[in-house]
Amino acid sequence: MVTTTITDAVPGMTAVEQQPLLVVRDLRKHFAVKGGFLGRTQAVVQAVDNVTFDVMKGETLGIVGESGCGKSTTARVIMHLIEPDAGEVIFDGQAVGHSDGIGYRELYRNVQMVFQDSYSSLNPRLPIALSVAFGPMVHGMLRGAALERAASVLGQVGLDSANFANRYSHELSGGQRQRVNIARALALEPKLILLDEAVSSLDKSIEAQVLNLLFDLKREFDLTYIFISHDLNVVRYISDRVLVMYLGKVAEIGSVEAVYTNPQHPYTQALLSSMPSMDPRRRTEQAPLTGDPPNPINPPSGCRFRTRCPFAEDICAGTPPRLTSRPEHGISQQVACHMHDPSSGHSRAMATEAARP
Amino acid sequence: MVSKTDNTVIVVDPAEALRRARQGRGYWRRVWERLRGDWGTLSVIGIILLILLAAAFAPFVATHDPMQGSILGRLKGFGYNGHILGTDETGRDLFSRIVFGARLSLITGVLPVLFALVIGGFLGVVAGYFRGFPNSVIMRGVDVLYAFPSILLAIAITGMLGSGLTNTILALTITFIPPLVRISETVTSQVRSLDFVEAARSSGARPLTIIRFHILNNMLGPVLVYTTSLISISIILAAGLSFLGLGVTPPDAEWGLMLNNLRSAIWVNPVIAALPGVMIFITSMCFNLMSDGLRQAMDVRL
Amino acid sequence: MSQDSILSVDNLSVRFRTHEGIVHAVNGVSFDLAQGEVLGILGESGSGKSVTLRAIIGLLPREYASIGGRVRFGGREIQHLSNEELNAIRGARIAMIFQEPMVAFDPVFTVGDQIAETIVRHDGASWRDAMRRARDLLELVQIPSAKRRLAAYPHEMSGGMQQRAMIALALSCNPQLLLADEPTTALDVTVQIQIILLLRELQRELGMSVIFVTHDVGVATEISDRLAVMYAGRFVETGPAVDVIEQPRHPYTDGLLSSTVLSARQGHRLNAIPGAPPDLMALPDACSFAPRCRYAEEQCLSGVPALSPITRDHATRCLRVGEGRLEL
Ligand SMILES: Nc1ncnc2c1ncn2[C@@H]1O[C@H](COP(=O)(O)OP(=O)(O)OP(=O)(O)O)[C@@H](O)[C@H]1O
Ligand SMILES: Nc1ncnc2c1ncn2[C@@H]1O[C@H](COP(=O)(O)OP(=O)(O)OP(=O)(O)O)[C@@H](O)[C@H]1O
Ligand SMILES: [Mg+2]
Ligand SMILES: [Mg+2]
Repeated sequence: MVTTTITDAVPGMTAVEQQPLLVVRDLRKHFAVKGGFLGRTQAVVQAVDNVTFDVMKGETLGIVGESGCGKSTTARVIMHLIEPDAGEVIFDGQAVGHSDGIGYRELYRNVQMVFQDSYSSLNPRLPIALSVAFGPMVHGMLRGAALERAASVLGQVGLDSANFANRYSHELSGGQRQRVNIARALALEPKLILLDEAVSSLDKSIEAQVLNLLFDLKREFDLTYIFISHDLNVVRYISDRVLVMYLGKVAEIGSVEAVYTNPQHPYTQALLSSMPSMDPRRRTEQAPLTGDPPNPINPPSGCRFRTRCPFAEDICAGTPPRLTSRPEHGISQQVACHMHDPSSGHSRAMATEAARP
Repeated sequence: MVSKTDNTVIVVDPAEALRRARQGRGYWRRVWERLRGDWGTLSVIGIILLILLAAAFAPFVATHDPMQGSILGRLKGFGYNGHILGTDETGRDLFSRIVFGARLSLITGVLPVLFALVIGGFLGVVAGYFRGFPNSVIMRGVDVLYAFPSILLAIAITGMLGSGLTNTILALTITFIPPLVRISETVTSQVRSLDFVEAARSSGARPLTIIRFHILNNMLGPVLVYTTSLISISIILAAGLSFLGLGVTPPDAEWGLMLNNLRSAIWVNPVIAALPGVMIFITSMCFNLMSDGLRQAMDVRL
Repeated sequence: MSQDSILSVDNLSVRFRTHEGIVHAVNGVSFDLAQGEVLGILGESGSGKSVTLRAIIGLLPREYASIGGRVRFGGREIQHLSNEELNAIRGARIAMIFQEPMVAFDPVFTVGDQIAETIVRHDGASWRDAMRRARDLLELVQIPSAKRRLAAYPHEMSGGMQQRAMIALALSCNPQLLLADEPTTALDVTVQIQIILLLRELQRELGMSVIFVTHDVGVATEISDRLAVMYAGRFVETGPAVDVIEQPRHPYTDGLLSSTVLSARQGHRLNAIPGAPPDLMALPDACSFAPRCRYAEEQCLSGVPALSPITRDHATRCLRVGEGRLEL
């Protein structure tokens, strides 16, 4: 019943074909900030608020946004490392954690995650072969067989096991450690890998090596990626579609082509033009935004970007914008902005509406 | 702007480096390597081993029957009539009594801490790993016990249960459970928040498997260091209980009890009277120093 | 060496004695910095950027760091100064800003107090004047409602705001030279560009010289007049930013630029540099990039190549490019 309703909502895909591998519906996670006398709840961080998106088989979905906008929380909720307050995660047509859906173990066999901090995501007391073999062992493989699997996956990520299997994480460089983490994720032969800032802590020359590895693995094993990063250039390079988050909400989602060359949300536009210029003859002359992102505790009412938005009007403070697509963009691009919702009453929405033939 | 560079380089043998890397030097191996170079700690451990051996083989080490008194030879000094360390207030051989006393003193020093480590460590890991409800129940319970200073708690419990070896061990075990729950809970919840535990959870592993593979081996170092430091406290507390008449009962040899019995001799032969105290001091000091040495070798920051 | 240079570094080397061995962190860095010039130092983690800056301002621990070569600032050699003289120069004529603003501030005093205190200490101004100057400075670095912010504690400010306050603190005594150690690395892109533009504007207005350390090619491009690319404790290429970016003349710079995702096409592999940086405890007596370099030849292993000029102010530490035998 779920699968039938979603196909038409998938941006970036011509409606018919495949069913999405992962569907995330109205996901919400609020953190209570405790403090004061007897640890009463003082405030609520709306880390993830009604986030909805789909990931198609074989694609890479990039998620970008500034620090604290809820990227990692989204990933951790999808992995059920923290329980969502509301919303659904549907993997391959089956709701996760429902009686008629799939259980967590089944989910973990198919979805794996690579964490940002390559150091703390490896147990310092285990040789890396055992870290990699742990997953298969959990799923019932015998130790010997699991270690063999580990050796072959380590080989696939470019670490020959004769040299590396018995090392400990502190005996590896940052790039090598991240390869081990990728191997660990691969060891369960998942269909989907969530990469949370997987290359952010690496040097540029090492980052390029790891990106190449991800590129090759994806092709070889038919993987699907969710690639979380704050580096817009990297996301552009690796993704097919991109989701832009702002303070726990989806601001814009669409194909990389569309979003990078024709951004519709004022935040996306600002984000893209904030990227440092790579051309010394044409440096940035004016900062696209002033001020810092607001505090996710008690975020602005209505549209969360309105406090930094040059086009904000009364309507923006009143109602939160819906994620809508405009006909001229097809369904390849959806924006949560009143200016793009003809029925919103924003003056610019009217203007563009009128200008259209 | 051409600059001359200086070319001092260090030569390392690449083959040797590769061999060492291939083997992989795990945590305990590195701890051992660090410990091996630490002569101070090694000699302290040596002394502790000596005392342990002497206690274990007390019948062979002792020169006299520790229970055999003599009306004539009371409170004699070193070397009197073949008594190496002299005699006590009933003329028993002090050296032999100290050797035999080491048995009870070590038992009351080490056993309660071991029992408390098992019980407290288990509760601490449960509280630290599962957080939420189990955590509040366990930690609030511990807080209640924590309200009393450990010596008072031990006295109160033996006062209730009555004196004797078993009751002393029981009382001290209860006394040491709260600090061990605390430390295990702290370390466990620190380890639990690290990404590799999240990674293990996201491979679908059950809590018990995660604790076995990922938590225990990471919390063992800090908890062990803390535990060894408790042994010295336990030895002193046990001696204190016996001294107060709440612990081991006469005529058994136990350092605290011996100290109490020799108390009246302090004016007659102060050196002899102080001997059991000196043993308590040396032993607990050695455990303390060993704990410090292990802390360094294990690179533990508490 | 040019006349108007305010800083000149000659064959600077720094090594650290550690338990594992001697770390060769900086190995012969030489450059001149002109009045009002912005030098960007671009390099990967561990290449020695921060250590170079710390050596210039005399902040390295003397107990286990041995420093070779000369650093001249305003005609005086930094190494020969006493601690008091160094302290007088630090803050007043050379200021430094860091990646982590909290290291510059004491958490228990307000931002205004700390800036005013610095002004009083270095200029001997009255507290009232110092406070007024502090407010002007906060306005200068574009902190909104500056007057109110004087009374704020550092932790009450957001990351970008703290960074601005630290810049204000650094500027409080009109330094001639500003050393910036990755001040934008921890910031979001939208804030980063604001800080870069702010620094550029302040530098122009105040005529300061700046050394700006970063590992981000884009940031370096935005801020630098001149660029130095650092690898394993050495400058491997120096030149005007435009030349270095558009026409890299060292295989490492070239690899770095072409392995950035910008130059790559979607759906194609990146042109990555293989291997990893060398172990600073066992640097070979050769070109340190040679093991990763696809142009390396026998000769590259026969000694450390010198930084040799190609054009008037563009130099490379590559034998083959230097001798004109390699076009990148
Ligand atoms: N366990 C938690 N308890 C309370 N607040 C939390 C918790 N985890 C995250 N948050 C808050 O939720 C918000 C979103 O955090 P999240 O880690 O998802 O951001 P992010 O987009 O991944 O940022 P970054 O780029 O810095 O990693 C932040 O404001 C953060 O402080
Ligand atoms: N106090 C110190 N003691 C020992 N080694 C040090 C010390 N400070 C720096 N090093 C070493 O010197 C080398 C250069 O360090 P430096 O901090 O200059 O790197 P960097 O280029 O600033 O890198 P990053 O981008 O990570 O800040 C590194 O290998 C580092 O480990
Ligand atoms: Mg994150
Ligand atoms: Mg640095």
